[in-house]
Amino acid sequence: MPPMTETVLAPAGRSLTPVSFRRSLNDALEMAHGVDAVAAEERASSLAKRSLKKDSKVWGLKLAVSMIDLTTLEGKDTRGKVWALCRKAVRPDPADPEVPHVAAVCIYPSMVAFVKEALGDSGVHVAAVATGFPSGQTFTEIKVEETRRTVAAGADEIDMVIDRGAFLSGDYQKVFDEIAEVKEACGPAHLKVILETGELANFDQVRKASLIAMYAGADFIKTSTGKVAVNATLPVTLVMLEAIRDFYHATGKKIGMKPAGGISNAKLALSYLVLLYETLGAEWMNPDMFRIGASTLLNDILMQLRKEKTGAYQSGDYFTID
Amino acid sequence: MLWEYSPSPEATDHVRIASRYNLFIGGKFVEPHSKKWFETINPATEATLAEMAEADAEDVDRAVREARRAYEKVWKKFAPSERAKYIFRIARLIQEKSRALAVVETMNGGKPIKESRDIDIPLAAAHFFYYAGWADKLEYAFPNRNVSSIGVAGQIIPWNFPLLMAAWKIAPALAAGNTVVLKPAETTPLTSMMLAEIMMEADLPPGVVNIITGAGATGAALVSHEDVDKIAFTGSTEVGKKIQRALSGTDTKLTLELGGKAPNIVFEDAPIDQAVEGIINGIYFNQGHVCCAGSRLFVQESIIEPVIRKLRERISTLRVGNPLDKNTDVGAINSRAQLEKIQELVDSGVEEGAEMFQSSCSLPAKGFWFAPTFFTGVSQSNRIAQEEIFGPVLSVLTFRTPEEAIEKANNTPYGLSAGVWTEKGSRILKMAQKLRAGVIWANTYNKFDPASPFGGYKESGFGREGGLHGLAPYVKLS
Repeated sequence: MPPMTETVLAPAGRSLTPVSFRRSLNDALEMAHGVDAVAAEERASSLAKRSLKKDSKVWGLKLAVSMIDLTTLEGKDTRGKVWALCRKAVRPDPADPEVPHVAAVCIYPSMVAFVKEALGDSGVHVAAVATGFPSGQTFTEIKVEETRRTVAAGADEIDMVIDRGAFLSGDYQKVFDEIAEVKEACGPAHLKVILETGELANFDQVRKASLIAMYAGADFIKTSTGKVAVNATLPVTLVMLEAIRDFYHATGKKIGMKPAGGISNAKLALSYLVLLYETLGAEWMNPDMFRIGASTLLNDILMQLRKEKTGAYQSGDYFTID
Repeated sequence: MLWEYSPSPEATDHVRIASRYNLFIGGKFVEPHSKKWFETINPATEATLAEMAEADAEDVDRAVREARRAYEKVWKKFAPSERAKYIFRIARLIQEKSRALAVVETMNGGKPIKESRDIDIPLAAAHFFYYAGWADKLEYAFPNRNVSSIGVAGQIIPWNFPLLMAAWKIAPALAAGNTVVLKPAETTPLTSMMLAEIMMEADLPPGVVNIITGAGATGAALVSHEDVDKIAFTGSTEVGKKIQRALSGTDTKLTLELGGKAPNIVFEDAPIDQAVEGIINGIYFNQGHVCCAGSRLFVQESIIEPVIRKLRERISTLRVGNPLDKNTDVGAINSRAQLEKIQELVDSGVEEGAEMFQSSCSLPAKGFWFAPTFFTGVSQSNRIAQEEIFGPVLSVLTFRTPEEAIEKANNTPYGLSAGVWTEKGSRILKMAQKLRAGVIWANTYNKFDPASPFGGYKESGFGREGGLHGLAPYVKLS
């Protein structure tokens, strides 16, 4: 039988993992106790039952807009399509100047330079997926190089994927090292680490992967690529938020959270904010600490905001499709 | 606070509460012989909701006679499947009226609307559905035995889960072919009166269920009535002992579901965040007015620091206030008397040197309130580790080995329930074997199901309610 993991096949020149990294991996694994699935799901669903009305709803929805990573990640993306998305990101509702701009536009690396220019000094960040997105099934050297070039092209934020194959086969060291190397390649850019929770099978693994990512240097941990059957869910997000809380208590470092995929309506977005607010508290309630990866969510929020303002729902034709 | 949730109160305009309720005897509401009425209030506002009739010994006698007549002439003679039809009908009517029942339960008892809406009322309906199913299958419940009904059951229920406790009592009694005289607690009689209206709407034959209101004297008259065949009581151990004394030497059957001081045991390998949720749910659910509340927390010493830190953080996020608000987590204390009792025991905890932590939540000016509280540095000999507080107050103790946990957990006159938190399956099984408690929850707490029996060891009472076991006290086997 051939060796099961790529570590063994790594070229001889590959640098040895610094000892401090190894110790950190051990720290991560030590904190990776079990998660009770039934109870975690129960807690998430009880928080989702919070009833948000009037001022608290409007406040939450505007905050949600400012946290959106407006995303398009398709093979058929063109400059025209992406340019329209950038306009939307900067000014989501032309009729209502009180609606803030979104947090970032999230695109593939090839679009980075173009988007950088399109967004200008609007304050909207450029986020790009990298590291062989979405599967992550390529060589570490290429992942690192892709990251470096994407940052050089102007990305403020890199959304990387972990090597789920390595993770599921138990090669946590490889997962850890790769994140650390990509982090280094990011330089000043912020690193979001996508765990692809839909492929990790259970909450125990989600917690473990969250801790490995944080100890390896992630600035954000993110649920999903949006490219597999199961993307962000409330319970998975809760488990990750709890890992962030434990990491914060252990190290004093605040890590951000980004659920992505499947968050397509305003009510659900508010539930995520409730989950955040009642798990990590006020200090995480801003776009520096929480993002929502979404493509269709924005218009539903705009529709709800307009309804709160005018008292009536408007037709979908009054909101731009970009 | 950064994000103030706007008030989100459940509407009350669809609910009709009469200004005065009489006794439900023989299928209709009748004025009490006592000619006395007492007020029932909303503990969150202290506003009067209605006047309730006070049943005296004469009224109790009238109710028992009606129950006897209905038993001998009607209910006993019904085909079991016919009885089932009525019970099913009651269950469906509870579901139909669930919104109004939830609102009244919350107004009269102080519990958060999310609990009465999601737990109390649906579970009450579920109990009627469950026992309706048994009514015509009793010979399968007790194979190779002849099953017959007992007669008239006198049932006395507490104020913590008013409608749910009525369902626990009435449903198995009716399914087994008995008739009932039920006395709800004096502070929470309103949903029992709505249940009486449901009995009328369901066309239940007059006298099969009689509901009489009043305080301790009414209950005592019911217990000592000679024509009652069975007494079922849920309430304090103190009153339970009195009842047992009163019935000693008689052939009246008795089941008691009394107090508790349940251990909730957290091992170092537990899923900690979920365990903390379980601890919170175990003690602050229904303001801690729960006989099976996990009021003694035992934490393995190696994880006491993170558990306490997480508890402090979590307790501060509990939303205390208007019980009708859909976002309220902890509602009002049921009565002034109960509030005073809680305060007295908490004072004793402080005096005995335990360290108190209390949520800094603001409390409404009117009504009865107590902020969620826990004590650390509690020793077994403290009153707060021994006596049932029946409020939102948790005592935290530590242990080193499973043996020590078992020993301390069992070191109480009570034995109603227990919780165990560990990722290790074999440990759960071992703990369940050794803990002397009627209900043991593993990696969860305060979960109820009509199919699952509930009841205590030692001074927590005897007899089981719920499930197949819950039928046994209401049948004669030969």
